[in-house]
Amino acid sequence: MIVLAFLALTLRIVVPYLLAAAGGVMSERAGVVALALEGFMLAGAFGAATGSHAFGSPWIGVLCGVVGGVLVALLLALAAVRYRADQVVVGIALNLLAVGATRFFLRFAFDSSSNSPRVPGFDGDLTNPVVWIGLATLPAVAWLLYRTPFGLRVRAVGEKPEAATTLGVPVARVRWIAVALSGVLAGLAGAYLALDQHQFTDGMTAGRGFIALAAVIFGRWDPRRVALACVLFAAAEAFEIQLQGAQLVPSQFVEMIPYVLTIVALAGVVGHATPPAGLGRSA
Amino acid sequence: MTGPAGAQSPRADAARWLEGVLPPFVALLIALLVGDVLILVFGQAPGSVYRLLLDGTWGNAYGFGQVLYKATTLACTGLAFAAAARAGLFNVGAESQLAVGGFAAALAGLALPLGTPGLLAVPVCVLASMVGGGLVGALPGWLRARFGASEVIVTIMLNFVVLAALNYVVAAHLHVPETLHTPDMHAGTLPRLSDVWAVFHGSAANAAFVVALLAAAALWWILFRTRAGYELRAVGLQPEAAEYGGVHVGRVWVGAMALSGALAGLGGLNYVLGYKHYYEEGFATGSGFLGIAVALVGRNHPAGVLLAALLFATLSQGGLAVNALVPKQMVDVLQAVVILAVVTSVPEVRRVLRSASRVRA
Repeated sequence: MIVLAFLALTLRIVVPYLLAAAGGVMSERAGVVALALEGFMLAGAFGAATGSHAFGSPWIGVLCGVVGGVLVALLLALAAVRYRADQVVVGIALNLLAVGATRFFLRFAFDSSSNSPRVPGFDGDLTNPVVWIGLATLPAVAWLLYRTPFGLRVRAVGEKPEAATTLGVPVARVRWIAVALSGVLAGLAGAYLALDQHQFTDGMTAGRGFIALAAVIFGRWDPRRVALACVLFAAAEAFEIQLQGAQLVPSQFVEMIPYVLTIVALAGVVGHATPPAGLGRSA
Repeated sequence: MTGPAGAQSPRADAARWLEGVLPPFVALLIALLVGDVLILVFGQAPGSVYRLLLDGTWGNAYGFGQVLYKATTLACTGLAFAAAARAGLFNVGAESQLAVGGFAAALAGLALPLGTPGLLAVPVCVLASMVGGGLVGALPGWLRARFGASEVIVTIMLNFVVLAALNYVVAAHLHVPETLHTPDMHAGTLPRLSDVWAVFHGSAANAAFVVALLAAAALWWILFRTRAGYELRAVGLQPEAAEYGGVHVGRVWVGAMALSGALAGLGGLNYVLGYKHYYEEGFATGSGFLGIAVALVGRNHPAGVLLAALLFATLSQGGLAVNALVPKQMVDVLQAVVILAVVTSVPEVRRVLRSASRVRA
């Protein structure tokens, strides 16, 4: 029973990580730093709650969540790809923007500073369609990256943008598409959170976008390893929640795991974490 | 950003000056436009909202005191980002360095016996905050120099690790029951400006503001008048060339990040020594990230950073002043818009200016 409960809990925690991390892989493999995943997710969560509330349908909520994520992603593409602004700063600014804008529109749409009213959502785990989308995402991204001409272009653009330009690959357009896809996936991750909890609450992503980014780096930008990293992080969290009260390890130390592992990975202790060579560079 | 003088024509100088000064104004204009839209969305008149914003900040002594108070922390985190940026590094860790600085200062103030004279206690607390922040800053600098680990990612990850660790220490060992803060310090508090000058009555502005001014002056002196500062800027402009010029790049990275962290840590004094006299979980929320905006708008120059800190503090405090008409969250949006507008307008303004000067030439 305990094992089953643990697995179910892990499943619920891992879905948004898988979705957002898949978005992170798309974006970073195309050479655009994925610091704004948190912002994509938050916008996605807000869009999902608003859509579901307005139309009384969680399906439309999912759609609006995707739109929310994509809107922020398009801003990233506009600033970083079109205007060649510094990707790190843009990513951080977009996270701040998402926090501010969701709060502003929370007041505007629901006249509350903390949360939306209860909205229609999905119940159960295996009956929640977003769970299935989440489980399918990283395999889909792996297929896209390694088995399709578009994936080849994404990887070329992320590794050697100058060479890709020489070969006639439209670097900017490939990056726009990859970043938009990243917004779709991270927006879905946010939609999952909002529709699972049946409401939007201020700052509800609570650093999950950064854990997803940590998984991308810990998984060395490879979809399979990234998926494993997500499962590892989610299992640690589920373990901690189940042991709450037992006080074996203070919860703060479990919270640190993904971040510490990422630093360890970057320091090359568990094999070298080599980012895409063109990451952060405009061409 | 100023290169060797001499070879440039006056026109090139003017163009470079425009490149530096124009983007912040373009950014402000864009932010004002976005602000107008948000205000109109809420069915209010932009003019009256902005007037209220100014009245509530620069228009009265309390408001101005609050602006100074908020500007103090932002100046420190802005200087922190600028110091690292001059060495070509992104310190995204000011958020946690600030918290550690405040925590270390509170610890020092707790450890000192009651009745320690301020002339001894304040420097000890200042030093504690700088050492605390500096150590948290130096670590990503060292990881970058030794292992090539991206300081951007490491500082972001460290934010979570360090804040969780502080939360643990405070929650498990140091807090006053029923609260999330440490006990009051015994010694080392800074006077409020209202103690000195009754005009500031009630506002949180305090002598940490002077510390921030001194820090800005010190950073200017280090960057532009010392050998270490010259090396730091050389590494920032062209690390390979600096390496060939005999500069130990790795050492500069560690030093720049330590300096950056120490400046951010200094920001913790404002709250801990000048306002509450204890460390509290979450007191720094957002100031570290806003420091990035402050440094960008201030073009990584200490004087510019001080001005930009006043601007962002005005927005923060102004949000509270206009909250009755439009949600104060509007200014969160505007602050983000200012950052986006600055980073996109810098390359764009440069491009436009360059093409304009080509046409004339």
